[in-house]
Amino acid sequence: MQEAKSLKTYRKECQESLDNEYLRSALDKFAVAYRVGRDKAFSEIDVEELVSEVADMKDETLKSLDQYLEQFARKAEEAGVVVHYAKDAEEANRIINEIGTKAGCQKVVKTKSMTAEETHLSHSMIDEGFEVTETDLGEWIIQLRDEPPSHMVMPAIHLSRYHVRDLFSEVTGKQEDEEIEKLVKVARHQMRRKFVEGEMGITGANFGVAETGSIGIVTNEGNARLVTTLPKVHVALLGIDKLVPTIGDALSQVKVLTRNATAQPITSYVTWVTGANQCGASEGETKEVHYVLLDNGRREMVADPLFSQVFRCVRCGACANVCPVYRLVGGHKMGHVYIGAIGLILTYFFHGEENAKHLVQNCINCEACKDICAGGIDLPRLIKEIHARIQDKDGQPIPSLLLSKIMRNRKLFHTLLRTAKWAQKPVKGEDGFMRHLPMMFFKEHDFKALPAIAEKPFRDIWLEIKPRVEKPKYRVGLFSGCVQDFVYPEQMVAAVELFQDHDVAMVFPMEQSCCGLPVQMMGDKKVSREVALQNLKAFIGEEVDYIVTLCASCASHLKHTYPVLLENNSKLAGQLSDFCEKVIDLSSFVHDVLKVTPEDFDGDGKKVTFHSPCHLCRGLGVHDAPGNLMRTAGMEYTEAAESEVCCGFGGTYSAKFPELSAQLLNNKLDNVEDTGADLLLTDCPGCIMQLRGGLKKRDSAMEVKHTIEALAERRKQQKK
Amino acid sequence: MTDTKEQVATSKSDYEKFMERAEIAAAKVSTIQAFEEAVKYAIDLCLERPLNRYAISDEQVTTEGERKVIAAPALSPSEYELLKEESAAHSIDCLDSGMRNHLNGVDVGLSYGDLGLAETGTLVLNCPNEELRLATMVCEYHVCVLPKSKIYNDGYEAEEQLRKFMLDAPNYTAFITGPSRTADIERVLSIGVHGPLELHILILED
Ligand code: SF4
Ligand code: SF4
Repeated sequence: MQEAKSLKTYRKECQESLDNEYLRSALDKFAVAYRVGRDKAFSEIDVEELVSEVADMKDETLKSLDQYLEQFARKAEEAGVVVHYAKDAEEANRIINEIGTKAGCQKVVKTKSMTAEETHLSHSMIDEGFEVTETDLGEWIIQLRDEPPSHMVMPAIHLSRYHVRDLFSEVTGKQEDEEIEKLVKVARHQMRRKFVEGEMGITGANFGVAETGSIGIVTNEGNARLVTTLPKVHVALLGIDKLVPTIGDALSQVKVLTRNATAQPITSYVTWVTGANQCGASEGETKEVHYVLLDNGRREMVADPLFSQVFRCVRCGACANVCPVYRLVGGHKMGHVYIGAIGLILTYFFHGEENAKHLVQNCINCEACKDICAGGIDLPRLIKEIHARIQDKDGQPIPSLLLSKIMRNRKLFHTLLRTAKWAQKPVKGEDGFMRHLPMMFFKEHDFKALPAIAEKPFRDIWLEIKPRVEKPKYRVGLFSGCVQDFVYPEQMVAAVELFQDHDVAMVFPMEQSCCGLPVQMMGDKKVSREVALQNLKAFIGEEVDYIVTLCASCASHLKHTYPVLLENNSKLAGQLSDFCEKVIDLSSFVHDVLKVTPEDFDGDGKKVTFHSPCHLCRGLGVHDAPGNLMRTAGMEYTEAAESEVCCGFGGTYSAKFPELSAQLLNNKLDNVEDTGADLLLTDCPGCIMQLRGGLKKRDSAMEVKHTIEALAERRKQQKK
Repeated sequence: MTDTKEQVATSKSDYEKFMERAEIAAAKVSTIQAFEEAVKYAIDLCLERPLNRYAISDEQVTTEGERKVIAAPALSPSEYELLKEESAAHSIDCLDSGMRNHLNGVDVGLSYGDLGLAETGTLVLNCPNEELRLATMVCEYHVCVLPKSKIYNDGYEAEEQLRKFMLDAPNYTAFITGPSRTADIERVLSIGVHGPLELHILILED
């Protein structure tokens, strides 16, 4: 459970996780295996269609939430259930404690429930004198360690068989074997008595079905069946977001939930309990059943037009499974109670700003979570929004304030960059890498060499090389972004050369500035909006068919975030949508628009591989164009393992969490070096900076270039 | 047992798919022509497998002198008679009620499935009857007879049936797919945590 008081402490705790070798290797293996399993589980299903179907269903449910809640409660009551509403965690716990006391129960058996974790129900009951046993194997293990879960579906994923052996040996009073099969049987034997003795059973619920008043519980072990059957009292604690209108709707959710969570077509058990069933332990042979419907910040959350989509979450945990940061630090550092991307968001609403404020900064914005989400929730955007809200209230930290100040003024920013070129002189090496960067907030960046500012920015070079194209086929506006303008102008020059060959007329509006993503990442929405407006205005009046950028992050930010940032600017609405429509990334432009062919190139069979920037593959949905281009240009392309996993740059993230960024980079470099390629290509200058620096530190012979450079170098020069 | 399902949906492929998927989920599937075969199957299984009991009080658990038990609370009277007779011949006890007195373990649970869902190889048990519920949860080995005509393609196709079950409240409907399992230790799949260690599905040609 993450509750560090300062960002510094939080970073230190993350470092401890990084040093935990067992955790790291377990999560690495899981991240790779999960992808494979999930693909298989969905092989017969149109995932996107299913996800959007479930999302629509939940959105519709939300519109009439009160009506469905009323129907659910009425049906349940007709079937003999007592229904309670709890406005917050404290009230839910009080209600449940009272039920137990009134019914004269002492021994409580529980199934895994994130909602009960949310309210800290077990602790509250133990404080009241109940004996509470977690019956789910993973939950029991962490209960024995007095620890919170580190994953929403696999609570003990951070522990090895040896940890479990030692815990179980303490329980049984004899030395247990570490063989997993045997450990599972220890739990089977120990738990049987707990089930038999349990007087009160507590479960969560994955669904509340309005039309029948049923609850649905999804499990693999079978403990939920025993917990809902043997004790004389059953209490189900469920958030009001678990409501679905019909059984069919619940079935659709099962379909996506189990596949996305554990790559199973379905779990061993899905248990549907409707009303007060027959129970030999209860008076009158009828079980005493209670549903406790929990709000605890949910209504406030879903009333917010942006956050209402969180209502679709089925708690599958997939957003943690694919999160590169989760993979490094584990659930105890990537969440308070709820874990992963959704954890960062729910912490803010359920457990308060104090607990959320450091967590929400630990997102590298790679969009892997959004891409995999069973509810189609735009998680990274919501995380950024919370970050911004907290900063608006608490004020920005100094480095970020400084950055904002500089960024809102293009001239100042560019002047500073030009000056930095001189400031770096004494420390710049022969090879274009700086040994130290004299910038205050980069002081812990030394895991990689940083690039130097170029002699001449692209905006100056452009004035000299601007080509005249007779009878152009396309007219293109170039958007350079700050890195390609000031650090890697040669990449822009390469684009100009290749475009010119293909009769592309170009313009480069001088008023353009940084795309604004760095300030957005720092949580400053206001400046981010100002910069967006400035860039939009720079292109208004330019007669172009496309706006091409060599930076995938810029492209995705211009295309997908500008509409959101500037949505209230009705005066420019037309120009805005025209602008966003025209934005295209380099590879897509060359591949889909210019449609280059092998005849355009002199191939040399160079061994290449590719790092797919987050904002290219997920942000823009481009997966195949770069690989195809490499082959078209006569290079020998080998795909690297996990080529679509983040390299750890994440703009300002690498300055804020340098240790995590360094580890992500290391994983990436291992994978690309394994391909045996001599040249690594990618489509984002930020990634290039990160990768080149990292390879340099490793003394690797592998070169890193932008795709456009590799293409331009292999052009058939004689064509013109 | 509920209405038989319309003829149209009884395609061979649902049945084949059910067999295939249930096996992927680690269930053992066979086909039988008559209920008598299920009795024989249950008894053979009961004889083959070791006897296992659980400590449910401070008393030491012992298997010495214990007789094996088949629990079958929801058979028709004639079916139960047959089971009892055959079991007795092998010194196996049978019970059709009083499951709460056998929570220290029964060997085999014998039941009928109400529906089969081919897409996932899932058995659906409509079990508001507590004895039936307990028999299928507490037993070491669950043998379930599923009439072939009750196999649907998926939950959506069986939605009306499911709704009928649940609207007839109180109700307890169980989807069962393979044996009880966990991956909670090192993500290694292990079979048989709290529920049955094995699931045997006998598809009854009808
Ligand atoms: S955007 Fe990437 S880093 Fe951020 S929460 Fe999602 S998966 Fe994790
Ligand atoms: S946010 Fe999406 S991916 Fe994460 S737990 Fe919820 S449904 Fe699953």
